Amino acid sequence: MSRRETVQALRASHGLCFCLVGVGGQGVLLAADIVAHVGVRLGLDVKKAEVHGMSQRGGSVVSHVRWGDKVHSPLIEQGRADYVVAFERLEGLRHVGMLAPDGRLIISDHRIVPVTVTCGGSVYPTEDTERRLLGAASVAPTFVPSVSAAQVLGMARAHNMVILGTLAASLGDGTWPWEAVIAQRVPSNSLDTNLAAFRAGLAFCSQRGVDVA
Amino acid sequence: MSVIELLSGNQALARGAWEAGVQVAAAYPGTPSTEVLESLAPMDGVYAEWSPNEKVALDVAVGAAYAGRRALAVMKHVGLNVAADSLFYACMTGMQAGLVIIVADDPGLHSSQGEQDSRRYCKFARLPCLEPSDSQEAKSLVGLAYELSERFDTPVMVRSSTRISHSYGLVELGARVVRQDDEDQTRLVRNPGKYVMVPGVARRRHPIMEERMEAIAAFADSLDENRVERRGNAVGVVTHGIAYQYVREVMPDASILRLGMSYPIPAETVARFAAGVDRLLVVEELDPVIEEEIRLLGVACEGKRLFPIVGELSPETVRAGFVRAGVLTETVESVDDGTERAAELPARPPALCPGCPHRGVYAAIHKLGLAVNGDIGCYALGFMPPLSAVQTIGCMGAGIGQAHGVAAAEIGERSVAVIGDSTFFHSGMPALLNAVYNQQAVTVIVLDNRTTAMTGHQDNPGSGSTLLGETTTQVDISAVAGAFGVRHVETVDPYDLDAVEAALRHAVERDESSVIVARRACALAPEARADRSPLAVDSSKCIACGRCLVLGCPALCTDAEVVSEHGKATTRIDALLCAGCGMCAQICPVGAIDLAAEVVR
Repeated sequence: MSRRETVQALRASHGLCFCLVGVGGQGVLLAADIVAHVGVRLGLDVKKAEVHGMSQRGGSVVSHVRWGDKVHSPLIEQGRADYVVAFERLEGLRHVGMLAPDGRLIISDHRIVPVTVTCGGSVYPTEDTERRLLGAASVAPTFVPSVSAAQVLGMARAHNMVILGTLAASLGDGTWPWEAVIAQRVPSNSLDTNLAAFRAGLAFCSQRGVDVA
Repeated sequence: MSVIELLSGNQALARGAWEAGVQVAAAYPGTPSTEVLESLAPMDGVYAEWSPNEKVALDVAVGAAYAGRRALAVMKHVGLNVAADSLFYACMTGMQAGLVIIVADDPGLHSSQGEQDSRRYCKFARLPCLEPSDSQEAKSLVGLAYELSERFDTPVMVRSSTRISHSYGLVELGARVVRQDDEDQTRLVRNPGKYVMVPGVARRRHPIMEERMEAIAAFADSLDENRVERRGNAVGVVTHGIAYQYVREVMPDASILRLGMSYPIPAETVARFAAGVDRLLVVEELDPVIEEEIRLLGVACEGKRLFPIVGELSPETVRAGFVRAGVLTETVESVDDGTERAAELPARPPALCPGCPHRGVYAAIHKLGLAVNGDIGCYALGFMPPLSAVQTIGCMGAGIGQAHGVAAAEIGERSVAVIGDSTFFHSGMPALLNAVYNQQAVTVIVLDNRTTAMTGHQDNPGSGSTLLGETTTQVDISAVAGAFGVRHVETVDPYDLDAVEAALRHAVERDESSVIVARRACALAPEARADRSPLAVDSSKCIACGRCLVLGCPALCTDAEVVSEHGKATTRIDALLCAGCGMCAQICPVGAIDLAAEVVR
């Protein structure tokens, strides 16, 4: 489906809801900012919700972005997100309940071990646990090697752009208007690397034959 | 052509103040209100400052409004407690130009020590309360607030919440108004009968204030922002702020009275709206303020019986309330609320950042087993295991006074307080003065990271620059302590664990008050981030003793593989997170953590 058709379909329906999750310091809020501004460029009503302050200090971070003809609540209801976009593995698992029955999970394969595991006796979920929980929620995840892909480009921090590339591909958007928005929202001295990371995400999606919208 | 931008509620509030011609604005940073002044400061024709606390900020704004300039004070809900004394006199005197107080509440306590409903202050101090439901209204209601302020000679509260302040929506921008009055007033108005709050004058002002509230209540019925949306007759919902959006989302067919001014409420509008529906429900976040006012009119309604008084509302809680009321049927599919999964997954609470200088102080406190009275800031996180270094946290500036009380109680415990630099300037200073004056032996550790870190690195009197980016006097905390009469003042680098421990041992031995300034820039400050080089663990040397893990550093984790010899897993450092502070290397008993590791970042 072309971008135009995607947008038309979107206009005809309830809009699109994105739930972006990760760990404080990972660049989740910047990524959400980009998704929101892409919606604005598409001529849609957009709302974005996020929380600042204490929760950002290495804790779980969640941002909701909604596109539509007219968006009321900035918060997405449980079970109504079209996309959960996870920048960390455990955080993706934590929020799969946000997904609508036909929603998609785009998830980094990167693990950040919380202090509760290091010193608190909790266990980071094994791949078996992961499969069981995702299976129970009937979710088929798209795992993205975001950090290793960004490390190849020499900037691990740009992993969030890899994930956004995968999201853009899944939406059937290609590079427009994503790259224009990224150019506006990331510092100019790291723009080339960020764009390369975004394209790596796009390419990953097509290589894997990931079903696009 | 109109310009439309995606703005946060806080950015929109700032824009609204600017378009209304505000000239003087003051605040103390506090989540979720901080970005209002950060957004306003770069705009043309505005003087904006970080004041040391909210009370001073409000006095600055009041003074500017007395001087005939539109003025703004911004704070979070608990900041209004600090500024409450000033709020009450400002409501008594009125001003020469508009005074707006933006207060951002934090339902759900995302970043606060309590969730209180600031609307209560409006009835208490006698001022109107406006509440936006999105960013566009955040902008327009600030403009309305200035009009009301000048029309009724009263301060006006614009009450936001975390969800309004930190949500983004499209906003149509407008031009800045030019006020004729700004040209006219060139000297402070001499009017002691209005502005000198001695008992004789204040007594005469009180009835004026009461009459003013009656006039505003009457005016509320004509206000467009108290908007009736007629749909069905079965259910009418009175709502406000962000709750309006949730009601629209989950009950699109309900009739709605959306109160843009939630205090005082428009009596006639409410009565008429109630008469036109079979059931009147009130959906409001936190306290039943609107519900109580409607009941006082003698109109029957249902509110907190159905919707929670505790916590932040959400589409889910509003839906559940309507289901409870029997006006909405439960959705058929069982929604996964994540409760089961959450029980199985490890929690990820916020933690002190890798490289956080506070960790060095808390490691020493932990080692010495001291009971510490803490304060408000990132360093509150020191209460968490494994450091568990803080035993009490109350409100801004409370820790030193509490430690003083512990000393006075003479239970044999050493009295130690930790406080951040910005909190010290905010309200810690009088408490330190008190400890010296009343000769109690309190050890005060000032965690001096040269910034207001928790709220996102705002300048303060110790940082050497202002909100407007001007270089200014950098207050020397040890000199302040010296001037107060503290004889034992020591400055240490919190990255040097031995030095911190020695300073602390030395200070708590004394039978008089002492101050330790633990000084190092926040690990997230640009200068600190510039030269990070992550460390690595030599796994052939690591004996898996786990001593380094006591630091609770997010960059330290244990490898999955258990070393059979010790029955424990060795330590690993996440190079993407490590800031290279070297505290773990100082703790390691076998030198397994090396400062020279090359890692791709």
